[in-house]
Amino acid sequence: MKTLPDKRGYFGEWGGTFVPETLMAPLDELERAYHRARRDRAFEARLKELLDRYVGRPTPLYQARRLSARLGGAMIWLKREDLCHTGAHKINNALGQALLACEMGKRRVIAETGAGQHGVATATAAALLGLECRVYMGAEDMRRQALNVYRMQLMGAEVMSVAGGAQTLKDAINEALRDWVTHVRSTHYILGSVLGPHPYPMMVRDFQSVIGRETMAQYRQIVRGLPDCIIACVGGGSNAAGIFSAFIPHTRVRLVGVEAGGRGPGPGNHAARFAGGGAPGVLHGTRTQVLQDEDGQVESTHSVSAGLDYPAVGPEHANWRDTGRVTYTTVDDAEALAAFHLLAETEGIVPALESAHAIAQAAKVAPGMALEANIIVNLSGRGDKDLEEVARVEREQS
Amino acid sequence: MSRIADAFKTARRQGRAAFIPYVTCGDPSLDRSIELAAALERAGADVLEFGVPFSDPMADGPTNQRAAERALARGTSLKQVLEVVREIRLRSQLAIVLFTYANPVVRFGIERFAEHAAASGVDGVLFTDVPAEEMAGFRPALRAARLDAIMLVTPTSNRARMKATARCGSGFLYLVSRTGVTGTQKDLDSDLAANVGTARKASRLPVAVGFGISTPDQVAKVAAIADGVVVGSAIVNEIAEEGDTDALAGRVETFAAPLARACRRSP
Repeated sequence: MKTLPDKRGYFGEWGGTFVPETLMAPLDELERAYHRARRDRAFEARLKELLDRYVGRPTPLYQARRLSARLGGAMIWLKREDLCHTGAHKINNALGQALLACEMGKRRVIAETGAGQHGVATATAAALLGLECRVYMGAEDMRRQALNVYRMQLMGAEVMSVAGGAQTLKDAINEALRDWVTHVRSTHYILGSVLGPHPYPMMVRDFQSVIGRETMAQYRQIVRGLPDCIIACVGGGSNAAGIFSAFIPHTRVRLVGVEAGGRGPGPGNHAARFAGGGAPGVLHGTRTQVLQDEDGQVESTHSVSAGLDYPAVGPEHANWRDTGRVTYTTVDDAEALAAFHLLAETEGIVPALESAHAIAQAAKVAPGMALEANIIVNLSGRGDKDLEEVARVEREQS
Repeated sequence: MSRIADAFKTARRQGRAAFIPYVTCGDPSLDRSIELAAALERAGADVLEFGVPFSDPMADGPTNQRAAERALARGTSLKQVLEVVREIRLRSQLAIVLFTYANPVVRFGIERFAEHAAASGVDGVLFTDVPAEEMAGFRPALRAARLDAIMLVTPTSNRARMKATARCGSGFLYLVSRTGVTGTQKDLDSDLAANVGTARKASRLPVAVGFGISTPDQVAKVAAIADGVVVGSAIVNEIAEEGDTDALAGRVETFAAPLARACRRSP
């Protein structure tokens, strides 16, 4: 199998480098630094040490017996990325890129954040490595994720409220890109998902691919063979790309990506780029599937989970959809909230609302599968950050 | 010869840099954009840069972001921008460049866009987020429609990049004066003259400088070293302050005239 992306950063017809000319030089510098680092044993050793002793890897592959018994049918396993230091998989990538920033001699890092998890991960990595850090966050998301805002500030990061557009993740990325264009010589942009211009989709996938490699080794040791199905939520798509990547060549493993169905169909109600009428477009540096109107204006999105509330999707996912290797489906707000409760009640684990979408999908399909079948859900983050927002939403509904 | 090449040639013959004002089409309305084009031509514009409003203008500072928001709030679409150009073309031979993000054009369809743009009287297209590496998807359609591709080079483009970028373009080469987004600034970048020099060595195309140029004094400094001067946010600011009134065109003409005059090089 040919490794993707190609030299121009394309996954099939998706990807590429659609940025202002000012950013071409730093992207080129980043790509070279990344390839150099991957060949550098000292870099790999330093990253591995941090992942093992600071992040707490490997994260467990946990057999959710009570959840599975409640649902009936297939056995559900949880890849516990929620147990990573800072509470989500985002730290795997943030640490990798922060180390790269040091290699490139850049002492200032910036990041965008939706749910706040990537912002927290970047602020953490910056504190650990002594880097100056600024995080852009939509004003609406700052309200939804107030606790994470304080966490970032506690670690010395400056959190910038973005008031433009819908005040969510998309607008935070616009603002981070504007900062980067302006401070390009001193600053590295730690992009948090498999989005953006080449080399980000490749690099972020690679830094997250530790999830899939661990999962495969753990599964082989505990159960033997391969699981029947892997389910992950897809906002930009980094946790999904991370766990899928190791299993892509093993075509008998069914891979399922879950998009945010939000309040239901109709523009502005969801963030379902594949299932909900996205069209080929160019957003934030990459050619991908974009929710947009017929004039090419990007549509606003809605999801109860800030981390899935984004109108485009990683270009590699668009290619996996084209080739049929990954199936994409949606879970709506209500189903995600029900799954949030279900996992808490049956397993004593509070999932992030993003990950609750993946749990909800497992709850849909498990009962129809054989008892011997095995599903792995990537539990990408923990739900502490969502408690207040869930309580608020449920108060409004009751 | 293209209207753009012609405009630079005329300016050069008259001993001045070409004056290239920018406005966002549809701000404050499509009809006002037609009036503004005429006003800027009267003020001495050689080339008009017409911004196509986009929901996610990542290369623009607050002034142009707000302008795009105002235009989009009025429902301005790429199709309507082309209709405005067609309307202007009925009465004017002013060279017109569309300043756009890739997405509206990709959505419209690049071949269809190029045909419609040329038929409407557009002379050139500048994509803010399409570097030389990605022009292969756009260039053939533009060329087939005889539209100039206006390429951007920046202070971070080394000589090799400038050369490769200039080869993708025609009409003129647009040198961004500094690292950063569009918007006004107090002082010009101290490396500007050197960057103009690098751009000149990289290409035979006329070199126009833009981003952050707002006063007659700054225009004069740039006009002394470059073939064209772009003024955007400063004019957009005037439009924002005046709003949708009958006095708008007159106000913008009065504001732009001294900028155009500052393009004349003192002997």
